[in-house]
Parts: sequence; C-alpha cells; structure tokens
Amino acid sequence: MVTLEYESPNLTAKIAGDIDHHTAMTIREQIDMSIESYSPEMLYMDFRDVTFMDSSGIGLVMGRYKLMREVGGQVEVINTSKHIKRVMSLAGLDKLAKIR
Amino acid sequence: MKVLNEVNINFLSRSSNEGYARIAISGFVSQLDPTVDELTDIKTAVSEAVTNCIVHAYADTLGKIYITARILENNTVYIKIRDRGCGIENIKKAMEPMFTTAPNEERAGLGFAVMQTFMDKVRVNSRLGKGTTVVMLKKLTSRADNNG
Repeated sequence: MVTLEYESPNLTAKIAGDIDHHTAMTIREQIDMSIESYSPEMLYMDFRDVTFMDSSGIGLVMGRYKLMREVGGQVEVINTSKHIKRVMSLAGLDKLAKIR
Repeated sequence: MKVLNEVNINFLSRSSNEGYARIAISGFVSQLDPTVDELTDIKTAVSEAVTNCIVHAYADTLGKIYITARILENNTVYIKIRDRGCGIENIKKAMEPMFTTAPNEERAGLGFAVMQTFMDKVRVNSRLGKGTTVVMLKKLTSRADNNG
C-alpha cells in the first residue's frame, strides 16, 4: 500500500506493509502515475511503515530512480530500518539515491 | 545432523502466496526463540527463493512449490524449497549478483545474493526441465532448546 502526497516540487510516497514481488507491482504503478502527473523535482520514498522487504524493494527504488532521472528529478529514500538498509546496500543503492 | 522437528508445506506458485510462505516458515522457526534479526533474515531468504520459483521456474505457468523446514540439533534451521519448473541452465551464472532473466519485472537479480548474505549456507541443485531445489541452513545464536 502506498499513500502519495504532492507538495510542489516534491512528491512523497509513504509505503506501508510488506514489499515483495507480489505487492511491489501495485506500489510501483501508483508511484509512477503520480510521477507522470506531477513531474516532481524530488521523490521521497518513505519506508517508515514498511514491515518487511526483500530484494523486490531494490527493484522498486531502482525503477523509480530511472523514471525520476527521465523527468529530471532525484530520489531520496527515507526512514529505513536496519534490515532495509542492509538489503539496499547489497545492490549499492546508496550510490544511486540518498538513503537515510 | 539429527532432525528434531519438521514441517512440509506446498502451495501453488501464485505471487499472493509469497507472504504466506514466509509467515508459515517464520511461525515454525519461532519455537527456537530466534532474535528479530534472525527471523527477518530467514523470512527474507524464503521470500527470495519462493519468488524465484514464481518468476523463473513457473514463468508462464502455475505449478507447485514444496517447502520442507526442519529444526536440527545445535539450534540449526534447515529449509528446502523445491519446484518442478523449467530448471536453471547455468547455476553459477544465475547466482551472480545483478544477473536476471526477468528485467522487465524490475527484478534486481539479487535473489541468491540475499539468500547467501542472510543464511549460513545455500546449496542449489537444478535440472533443465525438471526443476530446482534450494537448501538453506542457518544456525541461530539464540537461547532456547525447547523443541518438545
């Protein structure tokens, strides 16, 4: 599940629940629709309410990073737990997007 | 190593069963009183292996996924995840980080890398057209020895 809030020029995607291959598809579709509507300068992906994440979360961030680059924007990943940071660091995501 | 307890589950390769698989296995492993980190590691590895079955082994079809989970002596968890799908042509290549045959699904190609990072041992056997078996082991550092 994802809640999207746009406050020009930033889009915040608050993700809640488990991120796996099953749920990632819906989350990414919803975020992408908002990116295409608003062309934000910054996309904040908020992981505060994420209860579980496997490597599908890496694909989710990488895909949004590519899309944001196409519209001239950036991605920042916020409120990540220790586990989520560990999964993301496996992919070197910290080199693509700011993670905190 | 002596088997102290065992469960077997099987289910269809629908993506909605990914959550079920990791919850079922974490429920079984919970009797060892693992730490939150250990349980998260196991859930993540199971999720990756089951997703591989769904995305790759049964890419264009539905099939059954079989999981055997065991508690071995010495606080060790054994998990076997097996499919009867297409098999892996080159296991070494498949296990390379960032290698994926499903880039359109936004797969990062890190399934095996995650399993290897979060579990102590990962063994993969596969035969083309017959299926793949992944066996993972993890020794828990936690305290309990209450397997009765």
